[in-house]
Formats: sequence, structure tokens, C-alpha cells
Amino acid sequence: MADLEEEVLARIERQRKLRPRFRDDRITMAHGAGGKATHTLVAGLFERAFANEALAELADAARLEVAGLNLAMTTDAFVVRPLRFPGGSIGELAVNGTVNDLSMAGARPVAITASFVLEEGLDADVLRAEAAAMSEAARAADVAVVAGDTKVVERGKADGMYISTSGLGVVDPRAQLSGRSIRPGDRVLCSGYVGDHGTAIMLARGDLDLDADVVSDTAPLWPLAKALLEAVAPALRVMRDPTRGGVATVLNELAADGDVGVVLEEDKVPVRSAVKGACEILGIDPMYVANEGKLLAIVAPDATDAALAALRSASGGEHAALVGEVADQPAGMVLVRTGFGGTRIMDMLIGDPLPRIC
Amino acid sequence: MKFVDEYRDAELARGLGAQIAALAEPGRHYKVMEVCGGHTHTIYKHGIEAHLPESVELVHGPGCPVCVIPMGRVDDGIAIAKRPNVIFTCFGDMMRVPGGDGSLLEAKAEGADVRFVYSPLDALKIARENPDREVVFYAIGFETTAPSTALTLMRAKQEGLKNFSVMCNHVTIVPPLKALLESPDLRLDAFIGPGHVSTVVGCRPYEFIPRDYGQPVVVAGFEPLDLLQSIFMIMRQLSEGRAEVENQYGRVVFWEGNPRALDVLQEVFELRPHFEWRGLGFISQSALSLSDAYADWDAELRYDVPGVRVADPKACQCGEVLKGVIKPWECKVFGTACTPETPIGTCMVSSEGACAAYYNFGRFAKPKARAGA
Repeated sequence: MADLEEEVLARIERQRKLRPRFRDDRITMAHGAGGKATHTLVAGLFERAFANEALAELADAARLEVAGLNLAMTTDAFVVRPLRFPGGSIGELAVNGTVNDLSMAGARPVAITASFVLEEGLDADVLRAEAAAMSEAARAADVAVVAGDTKVVERGKADGMYISTSGLGVVDPRAQLSGRSIRPGDRVLCSGYVGDHGTAIMLARGDLDLDADVVSDTAPLWPLAKALLEAVAPALRVMRDPTRGGVATVLNELAADGDVGVVLEEDKVPVRSAVKGACEILGIDPMYVANEGKLLAIVAPDATDAALAALRSASGGEHAALVGEVADQPAGMVLVRTGFGGTRIMDMLIGDPLPRIC
Repeated sequence: MKFVDEYRDAELARGLGAQIAALAEPGRHYKVMEVCGGHTHTIYKHGIEAHLPESVELVHGPGCPVCVIPMGRVDDGIAIAKRPNVIFTCFGDMMRVPGGDGSLLEAKAEGADVRFVYSPLDALKIARENPDREVVFYAIGFETTAPSTALTLMRAKQEGLKNFSVMCNHVTIVPPLKALLESPDLRLDAFIGPGHVSTVVGCRPYEFIPRDYGQPVVVAGFEPLDLLQSIFMIMRQLSEGRAEVENQYGRVVFWEGNPRALDVLQEVFELRPHFEWRGLGFISQSALSLSDAYADWDAELRYDVPGVRVADPKACQCGEVLKGVIKPWECKVFGTACTPETPIGTCMVSSEGACAAYYNFGRFAKPKARAGA
């Protein structure tokens, strides 16, 4: 019977590894949640439609060689509700989210553009405040907002405002980053407390009647990325920022890219007790909750201590921790060792526990 | 986290695991059913089976409120949700449950105003804030959630809120247990009793199990150490040749339950003569409907619903899974045609469903444990 069980499981794993097809009749909120449905949409529809080499990596930013320069380019849209939340706002999120996508590609952010979709009737002071927040965030991240566009839609067609950005960066010559370079034995590092952003938004909406002292972690990640590149560049395999879909989804993507297993030590992942408590009450696993100022890095084993030290000495990385290890099996999957002494699978996010968080 | 971490201590778990193993008679196989879906979720989430000897097998029971909703009732809900002026509210899990033709989530994408709420009181709030709309709450759950639906209805009545109604799918715990015990294809040794249901109904309703069927019942809490301790208590009963109802969850569950909550249920609900359970078929007096005093808030009376019985898809074996007759992976469509993202059966939808729990958490735990052993 045990053999039969394993046979069934092996068949399922084979099926899971097939390239996804997008077969849905309609777009549901799950397609925007960053988890499995998003992955199916992107890989099954967009990647097929736009097929090219730079896109195929499906990384946070595309790397392009233009006239001898190694550039990184990215784009992002922000539809968060509410527009302001403890620890940040849509404007700040737009700048940081864009520079973080560049940073994770090992690129120093240089310039960003911003398009504003504004709803008729929006209070001009709200827009002024967001412009100020963006300007402040851009200054802090050392990028310029160099172009933009403005559109206005009828009342009721947008929740106040949406922002869409693009970003341009210069790839650090030391960066040799790819999910495919991950090897068994590599270590997984996390730059700090996870789950803050998603939890802060969830509480800020106020429909849960839950209070906790949690603020968004929105922050530029280039200082952390730069510290890692300077300290351990050749041993740095890959970096990702676990936004929508959280740590769980990013680790699944990396396990698939590297065709390796990732074993996460649940107890070692830093989670604030307020976040843990709120998630426990709502029945959400913090590993699936979005972050906007954290990174996961995979490094060769002998670079672990140097990488941790580099993260901890950079701004925003004080609580960095070694959280897991890469194994050869089960390829393409993430296992969690629970604090209770058990083991379980951690799949990509399925469905959408919490829409419109960024 | 205070008051939670204490119940997740790996060292204590190892100790309990060893005590359980010591109580197991060599050569005997023990089948223990955890009735409640919340327990199933805990078992997989924390990897409890890693601490159990191989001779102790946990069988997943019918106590997942989403899993037992038959397809026809989902279709009835969707029919109401699609009415032009309706705001349809339900718990998040319910939205992905497939009916005969799509789920509430798909109805939402097609334009129906479907919103998920954490409490029926949130649905009432939506009704107050939208006086020109009709708000319907799709109530599911055992005696655990029924009192909060009842209180919501009592408040709606007090406030004279006419644009609110409830489609009641509340079920009761004892009738399906009786049906399971009478089922010829399942032989169990003991039950882990549902913790939260018992906060309302108490421990007395399970007394027929040891008395008439000679099997121990231990009402258990939802933290991993609660479950291990309750399994230990079951094994102790079995090794001493006792069969009784015991309460492991004494910090929350009282023997007589919660009389106040039971009174509220009495006032607002009445027993349906029969109700269809997914996979288990019709069970008499196993579900609640609104009493005559609350007929004005009964969505089933207010709206015309198809009310058609829809047969489960042929390939789906949720019924056998719910009865514990087969393990999730033994279902023909498990993990291939039926996955959490495209569920065919209800057991694959809810995080408390045996199939979803096994698919998400359990798949690798067991082969891995064996390989390591």
C-alpha cells in the first residue's frame, strides 16, 4: 500500500512539473494574487504570447544588453487599498516596489517612470501627498522619476488612484544571478521579519475588527543587495523579494527554477509575534503574506556567514537569518520542518486570502 | 507567541509519542478517526504523524463544514447570488466550492456581488449599510458556528432589518457519527471528538458511542500537543479495556456544553426532517432550518431556488473520503484532475478538507518519514 501511495504521489509530481496552460474562462481575483493562478496566467498566456529570451527568466526584472551596457528593466502596477496604511502609502510603495525589482536582478536603480490613473473626484490633497511620498522615496532610494503619464477615469472606475511604473537599472558587473545556478547544499537567507506588509494592510482595512501594532515594511532593497554583492558576489546564486504570495511562493519558484528541493526551518524564519498572532486568528500562514522590504537570498554554503554578516550590517537587514537549505530532493518542491518536529509540503499560494495589497 | 507556543513543544511531543508507542500492542493496528476538519488541518500542518508509531492510523472524518455541502445546495446559493439586487455573503472557503455549474467565485467574476465575511455579523453590517440592497448570508457549519448565526438573526429581528436573510446549511454532529458507526465498510477503534463543537454541545451527546458501540471518545483541542495527548488518552483506554467519553480540552469544553448557546439554537432553529450530506447521502434530523418565528429571514422561503439534487461527478470519491473508507490519495482523480486550484470535490477546497490538507501538507511527509526511519 505504501508503494502505491508513492506511485500516486510521483505521478502527481510529474504532472505538476509540466508547463502550465491557461485554461480559465474568466479572470478571477486569484489571478492577481501572485500565487499559482498568477503563475499559470503569466507562464501559460503572456510568456507564450511574447516569447523572448529576456522574458523567459520570468525574473523580477529583465536583463538586456544594449550597446555594450548591461541594463535591467522592469514594470509594476499598484492598486493597493487603502491608499495610505501604517508604515507607508501607494506612492512610496510604487517607488520601492520598482527599485526592489531592479535590485533583485543585481541592478543599481537609476530611473523610474510613473503613470497615474486617477478617479474623477479624487481629493487633490491626496494626490499631492502621494507625489510628495514618491519624491521622498525616490530621494531615499537615489533614483529619479524621469517621465510620467496621467489619465483620469470616471467616478467609480478606480479606487482613488492606481499607479503604474517602469524602472531602469544598471546591472552590477559582479552579479551572476540565476535561479538555475542553485545547487544542493546552498543556504537560504532571509533579510528580516516577514509578513509585516500584508498584515498591516489587512488590519488597516478595518473590516476585521482586529488591532495590532504592525506597520508595512516598505523600503528600498538596494542597500541590502549591494551589501551582498560586495561581500559574496560569486557565491550569491539569486535574490528575490517575497511580495505577493510571500516567502512560500518565491521559494517554490526558486525550487522549480533550480530543479532542487528547498527545506525551510519554520522556527528560524523571523516573524513578529503581532504578525504571528493576527495570522493565527485569521487562519493565514505568515509564509504566504506579502512583504515590501525583505529579500530572500540563496548563497553557496561556504559564503553563509559572510552573507549573513553583510546583511546584518546593512540598513534593514539587522534581523537577517539563515532559514533553510537546498537539497537535491524532492526536486521542484519546498518542504517545511515544523517547530513541532514534523515535515510538510509548502506549496505556492492557491486562491487569494487577501486581494489588493500592493 | 504566548499561550500557543506552549502547545507546540517538540520535546513534549516526542515524550508523548514514545508513551503512545509503548501502549500499542505488538501486531495490532489502531484506526482512530478525528471527526473534525480542524483536527485534520492541525495533523498535517504540524506533521503530527511523525510522532506516531506506524500501527496507529489516523482516519479523517466528516467534520469539515464546507466538505459536506452537496452540489445542489451550492447551486441554490449561486442562483440567489446571481439575482440583480442581492449582495451574497459567505465564509471565504465556501467561494471556491464547485456546484453543478461553477462556483461562487466564478459567479462573482461573472458579475454577481459575492463578498466573503469572517462573521455573520459582518453580513448584518453590510445589510445596514446598504438599505436598498438585499443581503443574504450563506450559513454553514456545525453547532460551532450555528450560535453566531442565531445571534445574528436575533439581532436582525430586533432591529427589524428586512433586507437581510440567511440561507441555512447548518448541520449537527451526532447524526453523521451514527451513520458512520452503522456503516458496514468502516471499522474504527476510537474517535477523537470535535473540540469546538463540544464547547457548545458538551460531551454528553457522545456517550452513546462507548455505550452502544464500545469505542472510546476523547474530545480534543486543536493544538498539536492537544491531539497527541488525546491519542495517548485513547490508547490508554484501549489498553485498559475501557470505553468512555473523556475530555482532553477541559480548558474550553465543559461537560454540559454551553447552555446559553443551546438556548439560542433552540429559539432560532428547528431540525430539518432530512438533509443531504455530500457523499453520505440523506441523513434524517441532521441539519437545521430557521424556525417559524424567523421565517421572514429565511432566504429559502424568500427566493425561488432550483432546489435540485445534483449528483456528484462520477469520478469524485469525496463520499468515501468523508467516511474515512479511502485515503485521499486513493481517490482516482486526487492530485491530477482534482487539485486545490481546480477542485472537483469539496474535500479539495477547504483547508480543513482531508484532500486539500493531504495535498498541501501531507504528500511528502510520510514517504520522507519512512525513508528516514
